[in-house]
Amino acid sequence: MAKLKDLEELREEIEQCVKCGACRAHCPVFGAEHREGRVARGKIALSKAVLDGAVGFDAKVVEDLSQCLLCGSCWAQCPNKVPTEEIVAAARRRIAEEQGLSSFGKGVAAVIGRPKLMNLLAKTGGALSSLLFEKLPENSGLRLRFPAPYLDAGRTLPPLTSKPFRERVPEVIEGAPGQPTVAFFTGCGINYMYPAIGEAFVKALQFLGVTIIIPKDQACCGLPAVSAGAGKTVEQLAEQNLEALNRRPVDFVVTACASCNAGLGKIYADMGPEFAELAKKTQDIFVFLASHGLPEKLAALPKPTRRVKVTYHDPCHLRTRGITKEPREILRALPQVEFVEMEAAGTCCGLGGTYSVYHYENSKKIGAKKAGFVAASGAELVATDCPGCIMQLQDSINHAGGTQRVVHILELLAEALPERPLSP
Amino acid sequence: MLDPRIINELKGIVGAGNVATDMAALICYSYDATQQQFLPEVVVHPASAEEISRILRLANRELIPVFPRGAGSGFSGGSLPTKGGIVLTTERMDRILAIDQENLVATVEPGVVTEQFQQAVEKVGLFYPPDPASLKFSTLGGNVAECAGGPRCVKYGVTKDYILGLEVVTPTGDIIVTGGPTMKGVVGYDLTKLLCGSEGTLGIITRIVIKLLPLPEAKKTMLVLFDSIDGAAKGVSAIVGAKIIPTTLEFMDGRTLDCVRQATGLQVPDAARAVLIIEVDGDREFLDKQANRIAEIIAPLGVVETRIATTPEESEALWAIRRAVSPSLRKVNPDKFNEDICVPRSKVPEMIRKVDAISAKYGIPIVNFGHAGDGNIHVNVMIDKKVPGELAKAEQAIEEVFKGALELGGTMSGEHGVGIAKAPYIPLEITPQTATYMKALKKALDPNNILNPGKIFLDS
Repeated sequence: MAKLKDLEELREEIEQCVKCGACRAHCPVFGAEHREGRVARGKIALSKAVLDGAVGFDAKVVEDLSQCLLCGSCWAQCPNKVPTEEIVAAARRRIAEEQGLSSFGKGVAAVIGRPKLMNLLAKTGGALSSLLFEKLPENSGLRLRFPAPYLDAGRTLPPLTSKPFRERVPEVIEGAPGQPTVAFFTGCGINYMYPAIGEAFVKALQFLGVTIIIPKDQACCGLPAVSAGAGKTVEQLAEQNLEALNRRPVDFVVTACASCNAGLGKIYADMGPEFAELAKKTQDIFVFLASHGLPEKLAALPKPTRRVKVTYHDPCHLRTRGITKEPREILRALPQVEFVEMEAAGTCCGLGGTYSVYHYENSKKIGAKKAGFVAASGAELVATDCPGCIMQLQDSINHAGGTQRVVHILELLAEALPERPLSP
Repeated sequence: MLDPRIINELKGIVGAGNVATDMAALICYSYDATQQQFLPEVVVHPASAEEISRILRLANRELIPVFPRGAGSGFSGGSLPTKGGIVLTTERMDRILAIDQENLVATVEPGVVTEQFQQAVEKVGLFYPPDPASLKFSTLGGNVAECAGGPRCVKYGVTKDYILGLEVVTPTGDIIVTGGPTMKGVVGYDLTKLLCGSEGTLGIITRIVIKLLPLPEAKKTMLVLFDSIDGAAKGVSAIVGAKIIPTTLEFMDGRTLDCVRQATGLQVPDAARAVLIIEVDGDREFLDKQANRIAEIIAPLGVVETRIATTPEESEALWAIRRAVSPSLRKVNPDKFNEDICVPRSKVPEMIRKVDAISAKYGIPIVNFGHAGDGNIHVNVMIDKKVPGELAKAEQAIEEVFKGALELGGTMSGEHGVGIAKAPYIPLEITPQTATYMKALKKALDPNNILNPGKIFLDS
C-alpha cells in the first residue's frame, strides 16, 4: 500500500530548522512578496506551531502554507537541508483531512466535486472548452492544475489535443536486439497538451534502437495532487502507475517531464519498497540519452550554416535532484543549436503545481523576472525539459511582450535527427 | 492583546494590509537565528521614516514597546519581541536610492539585502566590503544596527567603517540626520558611530549613506594546512609582520577539521591540525607574486600542505571546505552555541588552548574557527539539550570562555552583538561606570524605554 508521510512523521526534519533565514535569499515567492509567512522559515515555524497545538489551521495559516511552489530552492541552499517542500505538502494534506479539500483551494474542491465542475466548465468559454476537458480522466493532474472556473482569462494555454498521445502510438514499439527496453511515462502534459513531445521522444529512442513500452493505463504521476494536499489521490495514482509500469519487464522508466520525474523518482521513493524499486528505475530522458551514446552520434551529424540561439531553463524538479548537466549536454550537441546560458537559469518559473492557479498574481511576478533573464540572454528559443515550465514560461514571455518561443529539448532533437517513420 | 483602537490607529498610519495581528503573522515574526521565540502583539510594515515616526509617537503615548526587525537573522536576539508589543519590520523599505559614481557614495533604505547591494555596486565597478556570513539574506539596516563584520574585515574594516551618515527615527519619534555624504565632517558629536552597533535601542535607521571603494581587479585564494594551531597563528603574525594584509585570513582548528573530514570525506593528511584559508585581492599581476611570498613566509612554520587555487572553480572548492563547517558541526551534537569572542591577533593560540582546557573540564566538545586575521574566533559549544545537565554545563563553559577572552584583553563579541544572548555577561566586560554612561544615554533618548527594551542591559 502506498503511504505518504504525516506531518508528525516530519517533526524531526522540522526541528532541524535553525531559523538562520538563508531561505529568504532563495525563495521565489518571498522574492515576489516580502513577508515572513511566504518563506520556508515561516512555514516551518507554522508547521511546528500546529504540531505543538499552539495554532490551528486558521485561514491565515492555510494561506501561508498555500504560498509555496514546492520548488525546493530553499532546500537546495539550506545549511541543514530541511525538506520544506515535504513539510508543506504534508501540512496541506493535514489541512485537507481536517477541513476537506474545499477550504484549501476552492478550485480543487470544484475538481473533486466532478459534476459541479462539469456544469461550470460548460458555462465557461475560456481557454479550455468543456468538450476537450471531458477527455481528461477524472484523476488527471491537469484537472487539479487547471480547474477551469478559476483560470485567468489573460493566461496563454496550449489547446488540449483532440487525440491524446497515448492513443496515437502502439503500446509496444520494438527496437533493435541488444538494446535496452524502457517504459515511457508520458505524464498528462505530453499526453493531453504536447503530443509532439511524445512523438519526439519516440523518434529519439528509435534512433538508438531502444524498445519502448508505453502502457495505456498509466495515470497522472500525482504531483499536482501533492501540491493540492490531495494525499489519497496521490496514493491511488501511485498504485495504478506501479501496476501499469510493472506489467512488462523494463530496464528503465523514462520521463520527459521534470515533475513526473520527481513524482516517480522522489515522492514514490518513500511510499514502500516496491515504489522505491520503481523510483530507482526512473530516469530523465536526457540522463538516459547522455549515458547511451547520443551526444557522440549527434556530433557526427552535418552542421547547418545558420544556427539558432537557444538557452536552457532548469526545471526545479530536475535541478533540485542534481540533473543539470545532461539536458545542457544534449542541447550543446545539437547541430542546429548555438547554446547560450542565461542568468538565473535555475530559478523557478513560477508555476509550482497548483500554485499558479490560486496565486496567479505572484506567479506572474515570478514569471516576469524569468522573462527578463530570457530577454537578456539574447536567445531566440528557450528549451527546457518540462511541459509545465514550457506553458508558464511562454505565458510569462507573452506577458512581457517577448518574441522568444519555448520548446522542449526533445522537439529540437527530433528536428535534428534523420527522418524515420514510427513503427506501426 | 492590544486595544482595537490602537490597531486601527496603526492601520491608519501604514494601511490595513500592513498591520497583522493574526496568529500566523505573530508566529512568523517571533524568532531569529537564536531560535528563541517571543510572540509580539502586532506586526507592522511601514514604508517611510514619517510612518515610523508616527508609530513611535503612538507607542510613547500608549507605552507599547517597539522592536525593530530586518531579516531576523541575528545571533544575539536583537530583533526578538521579548516584551510583546509591536514588531516593526523594514521589509518594505528595500530601495537602493542612489549610487553616486563620482563621489563613491551610495544611499539606501534599511531593508536592502547586503548581497543585492554589493551586486548592484559591483556592476559599476565599485565595492562594499563588509561580508557577514548572512550577507545573502541579512539587511543593511540590521548590519548597521549590529555593526556586522565578516572575513574581509581583516583588510577592509567592519560595517561602521563604511557608514558616512544616517537618517534615524529617535525613540520618541523625531526624525534626525547624522553625518552626510562627505568624506570628512566633524560638526557635533559623531552620532553615526554611536548608532552603528546600537542594536536598535537608540533609534530606527531609515536611510543609510555608505562609502564605497573601487572594486579590486582580481583575487587569489590559498589553503594552508599546518601541523599545529600554533603554526597557523604564527603564520598569521608572520604574514602581517611582512606588511601583507590579506583580504581574508580564516582559520579552522583541528577539531573543526575532524568534523569536516567526517561529514564530507574531505581528503587532508592526518598530520594537519589547523587550516588557514588566505585570500589576497588587487591588481591581477601582483596576486601571484603576493601568494608566492605568503607561501615562502609561512613555509618554516610546520606547513603540511599548501593548495593555491589557479581558477575561480578551484577557489570555490577551497571556500566550500570553509562553508562545510557549520553543517558538519551538527553531526557532533544537535545543539550549538555560537559565540564570537575577539582577542588581539597574537593571542589566538593562547585562547584556543584555554578553550581546549574548558572543553576538557566540562566534557563537552567545543570547536573553533573564524577570522584569525582579526582575532575573531567563533567558539562553538556543541551539546544535546535533551541530555539532562548539558545546558547548565554549556552555560558555565561559555562564561569561562568569555572570562578567558577578557583576560587576554579581548571582548565577548566581535560581531554578533549583545542582544539578550550576552546581556547577562555584560558586567564581566563593562565597568559599572561605563554601563552607567551608556544607560544615561539610553534613558535620555528613550525616557519611556519604548525602543527595543531589555536588550544589551538586562535591567533596562
